[in-house]
Amino acid sequence: MKHEPARATTLTRRQLLGRTAAAGALLAFHLPLRAQGKAGAAGGEFAPNAFIRIEPDGRTVLVMPQVEMGQGVYTSVALILAEELDADYSRVVLEHAPPSDKLYGNPIFGIQVTGNSNSIRAFWVPLRRAGAAARAMLVTAAAQRWHVDPASCTAAQGEVVHAPSGRKAAYGSLVAAARQLAPPANPPLKDPRNFTLIGKPQHRYDTPDKVAGKTTYGIDVMLPGMRFATIAASPTFGGRVASVDDSAARTVPGVHKVIVDEDLVAVVGDHMWAAKQGLAALVITWDPGPNAGVDSSAIWEDLRAASAKDGVLAKANGDVAQAAKGAEVIEADYELPFLAHATMEPMNCTVQLRKDSCEVWLGTQIISRVQATVAQLTGLAPEKVTVHNHYIGGGFGRRLEPDMALKAVRVARHLDGEPVKVVWTREEDIQHDIYRPVYRDVIAATLKSGRIDSWKYKISGSAVIARWLPPAFQKGIDIDAVDSAVDIPYDIPNLRVEYVRVEPPAVPTGFWRGVGPNNNVFATESFIDELARRAGKDPVAFRLEMLGKTPRLRAAVQHVAEKSGWGQPLPARCGRGISAQVSFGSFIATVVEAEVEDAGGVHLRRVTCAVDTGIAVSPDNIRAQLQGGLIFGLTAALYGEITIERGRVLQGNFHDYRILRMDEVPPIEVFLIESGEAPGGIGETGTTAGPPALRNAIYAATGVALRRLPIDRKRLAKGAPT
Amino acid sequence: MSLSRELKINGHAHAVEAPDDMPLLWVLRDLLGMTGTKFGCGIALCGACTVHLDGKPVRSCQLRVGAIGDREITTIEAIGATPAGARVQKAWLDLEVVQCGYCQCGQIMSATALLTSTPRPDDADINAAMAGNICRCGTYVRIREAIKKAAESAT
Ligand code: FES
Ligand code: FES
Repeated sequence: MKHEPARATTLTRRQLLGRTAAAGALLAFHLPLRAQGKAGAAGGEFAPNAFIRIEPDGRTVLVMPQVEMGQGVYTSVALILAEELDADYSRVVLEHAPPSDKLYGNPIFGIQVTGNSNSIRAFWVPLRRAGAAARAMLVTAAAQRWHVDPASCTAAQGEVVHAPSGRKAAYGSLVAAARQLAPPANPPLKDPRNFTLIGKPQHRYDTPDKVAGKTTYGIDVMLPGMRFATIAASPTFGGRVASVDDSAARTVPGVHKVIVDEDLVAVVGDHMWAAKQGLAALVITWDPGPNAGVDSSAIWEDLRAASAKDGVLAKANGDVAQAAKGAEVIEADYELPFLAHATMEPMNCTVQLRKDSCEVWLGTQIISRVQATVAQLTGLAPEKVTVHNHYIGGGFGRRLEPDMALKAVRVARHLDGEPVKVVWTREEDIQHDIYRPVYRDVIAATLKSGRIDSWKYKISGSAVIARWLPPAFQKGIDIDAVDSAVDIPYDIPNLRVEYVRVEPPAVPTGFWRGVGPNNNVFATESFIDELARRAGKDPVAFRLEMLGKTPRLRAAVQHVAEKSGWGQPLPARCGRGISAQVSFGSFIATVVEAEVEDAGGVHLRRVTCAVDTGIAVSPDNIRAQLQGGLIFGLTAALYGEITIERGRVLQGNFHDYRILRMDEVPPIEVFLIESGEAPGGIGETGTTAGPPALRNAIYAATGVALRRLPIDRKRLAKGAPT
Repeated sequence: MSLSRELKINGHAHAVEAPDDMPLLWVLRDLLGMTGTKFGCGIALCGACTVHLDGKPVRSCQLRVGAIGDREITTIEAIGATPAGARVQKAWLDLEVVQCGYCQCGQIMSATALLTSTPRPDDADINAAMAGNICRCGTYVRIREAIKKAAESAT
């Protein structure tokens, strides 16, 4: 039961976390271990749970239930396990987990997923217990050998020590005895004050190979006899291949095969260059299918019309209708565009499909789902599908989908059992993404004595949860889409949050770094600034007065105001903007300082961020994630938009889907606020924080209240009509 | 149409069979299995594929092997053998620049070329040399710091 996704009543994400994390605490124990696929299946090792294997020579293997896509999770997970295990951290070896929801399911999702910035939140307790249980067993084994009380022994750096007699035993020497013991049900966890690894400066586990070019990403897989392929899926969503003239392609040196498969064309060659040249030489006629008439303007019209309807109630406090009587109602609407993920490593997957088995190599955030969907497509039993996971060259939610594996299997079906690496061009990657949905948020508020008295907030957009995790979609509410709207940090006596599900025609929608909170926090923090101006208050002061129930965020706002020089004079057309958020279990306040050029161009001058994320497992990595996340969000605010014309995506590469570059990025300072609370999530928080802070900086600099992203430079030019 | 040719890569001669117009990127990756050099965009927009040709940074996705002749190619796999490359890699590790790492081989190749030609780069030099390298994870702040640190460590 604990492996099933949350169900029953409608849950907020915070409830989902609390409920399943408790169940997850049980997850790590009494599980049969076999981390298949890698070395180590040999007997003789001590493997008290799915995360730890100690071999007789002392080699300590830690199996990573969450995937490393740059967020530093391998290091954090290893630190937590090694801390409670008292392993010699400098000598641990990490291993990617094989597919198994049972052994490695994320306690929050119930399946093997890395996402939602919840790796550390979900696994904090289970991993600590796994490490502590293993340590307790090793200590008991040593105590039995020495005929002493286990309580008189301690452990450190991969050794058990009996101080009174001066005896020591390396973990490796205790493996045979520890194997005979039953894992303790409730091993004592360390007092955080005694941590020697967690919270201390540590280097990342994965960087030495990465700077040497030695890391193998999915795209780097090389196999004997491997073919290379590239693909073109129907440029129009839902279209199919009508006909293909491949006479020219077949003459391209190195081209091996042209494959036509419903909505997919692939060219298989001796190398990617042959495949690319071959694809370019094809004359493909597409049947555009039913969506040839879909374009962005129609999608926006639909969304705007739908957002005028009443939504499903997601939260109500007090009485907004009553509060609005006789008061001036201030209303605004905010809109966010479709976005592509544009991971630096383009989509790719390598497949070897034989009659009775399938092997898959890729980097994925959902290894067990890849296994299951490939099994379904091929008709093979899941255990006949082997999935090898890899370091990931950027996930951001894109690799929460199995489509790249399914397309590669469809290519492999046309071959004779040889392995094929299918690599998408950048254009294919951007035009066949699963997009961050368009959202429209309408907020109406009233003020009373300089504070917000009522807040009616309606979110309209795609319910990604309904497709991706159906059991979590309850009573018509996408708990992700309303996440930070329901958990608003401000003291507002009358509050109402509604959700209108609107699925855009044709365009597939999915999770994108920052997920629901991106939208909620952008609308909320933008509107708070507009209300502060109506109330005649400074944006920082206005927020502080309403953060009584959220002291951790209040402290972050104060901290960032001080560190950013809030209130200090700035040159003309320069401004500071603040945003404050509680998202992914972290409390974050951010100030962006920006200059708006006379022609409307926006120049980032400085970013300052204060974060309370509870116990900081890897403090430097938290800073790094915020720096990177802020740039990811600011990129979207400044440039990000996918537009649809005649049922297809117009953008295709980094010239028209721009990413911030070195010369555009300002200094970014991140300050950690010390806390003894359980760790919060961090990987997505910066992405959520950047856009509203920038938008508010532009508002401060120019008085122009931008309400949609990306920012519209035409409206910011000096003298432009507002 | 395939042509046998010899390429000088990281101090060694490599015999490959590749048509003149095949970009070096795919020769390195798919024919020689040297996968440290990355594919990101294919059209000189991202810098992930950066290598050195006689010490100068070039985008290998745009460099046809037929145009290389006997010039020396250096890739990420061997850049640590140059003094500037070693300093850059060390600074990258010391400051923990890397996140997913996919862009970083290209970043390191561009940064090493910069420090070789401009041992004391200022911010404008760094912008000019590095603006062609995209990092989707957003590690730019640390890249800038690490380049400065690598420059200082040269004395
Ligand atoms: S792959 Fe060559 S510049 Fe992007
Ligand atoms: S570190 Fe991920 S793209 Fe640069």
